Amino acid sequence: MDWMYDSWPWYVSGPILALVMLLLLIVGKRFGMSSNLRTLCTICGAGKKTSFFNFDWKAQQWNLVVMAGTIIGGFIASHFLTNDHAVFISENTIKHLNELGFMDAGKAYVPSMLFDLSTISIKSLILLFAGGLMVGFGARYAGGCTSGHAISGLSNLQLPSLIAVIGFFAGGILMIYVLFPLIF
Amino acid sequence: MKFISYLVIGILFGITMFKSEAASWFRIYEMFRFDSFHMYGIIGSALAFGILITQWIKKKNIKDINGTPIQIQSKQKGFKRYFFGGIIFGLGWALAGACPGPMFTLLGANYTGITIVIISALLGTYLYGILRDKLPH
Repeated sequence: MDWMYDSWPWYVSGPILALVMLLLLIVGKRFGMSSNLRTLCTICGAGKKTSFFNFDWKAQQWNLVVMAGTIIGGFIASHFLTNDHAVFISENTIKHLNELGFMDAGKAYVPSMLFDLSTISIKSLILLFAGGLMVGFGARYAGGCTSGHAISGLSNLQLPSLIAVIGFFAGGILMIYVLFPLIF
Repeated sequence: MKFISYLVIGILFGITMFKSEAASWFRIYEMFRFDSFHMYGIIGSALAFGILITQWIKKKNIKDINGTPIQIQSKQKGFKRYFFGGIIFGLGWALAGACPGPMFTLLGANYTGITIVIISALLGTYLYGILRDKLPH
C-alpha cells in the first residue's frame, strides 16, 4: 500500500478523472466545477441585481455537494494519505523558481510565499487576488474551466472546448514567460 | 442516497487532485514551462479514456440511474468568448496555480492562502455576470 502515500502517477490519476466524469454522467449530472462559483454568487444574493445569477440555485445543489466532497477529499488526502508533502518537480523548474525567489520549490506542496496566510506579504495577497479574479472571470466568460472544457468538452470532441483550452495555455504561457519575470 | 453518491464522487475527485499533485502550484508552473510530462499525462490519459467513454455512451445509448438516456450537450458555437475567456482563465490559472476544482481541494488541505483565491474567484464570476452584455461573445 506504499504507493498510496506517494504521489500518484499520471496513468493512475488521469483515468480516475475520466471515471469521475463517467460517474457524474451515470448519476445524471455533468462534470463542471466552475459552475459552483456562479451558484455561490447566486446564494449570496447576486441574482437581485444581475439576471445572470437569477436562476434556481437549488437545481445546482448536487454540484455543491460534489464541491464539499472535493474539500473533504483534500483534507483526507493531505492528512491521512500523504507522508511527505514535497512535490518533486523537475530540476530545471526548481532552478528557475529559485531564481524567482521561490526557495521551497521541490520541498513543499505549494509555495509558502503565496499560500501561508500567517506570513503572507501584501504583494502576494494582491497576486493571489488577481489570480483568483481572472480564474473566476475567465471560467465564466469561456463557459467552463479545466473540468468542463479540457476534460468533458474535449472528450466530446467539441471545437469550442479546443479553442478554450488553447486559450488556457496561451494565457498560462504568457503569464509564466512574460509576466512572471516582471512580477517576481 | 443521491446525496451520498455526489459526496463520494467529490471525495474521489478531491483525493485524486491532491495525490496527483494537479492541485500543486509548482506542478502548474512546471506544466506551463513544459519541463515535465506529468500534467500532460494526467490530462492526456483522462482525455483518452474520456473520449472512449463518451463514444461508448453515444453509440450504446447508455442510460443514467434514472433510466434517462445520457445526453451530452454540444457547446454553443463561437470563438471570442472561448478564446478571450480562455486566455484570461489561463493567466489566472498560472498565477494562482489552482483552477476551480483544486482550489477547494487546497482549502480542505488547509493551505490558508487559497481562501483569497476562492473569494476573488467568486468576485471574478460576479464581475463577469455584471459585464456579460458588454463583452464580445
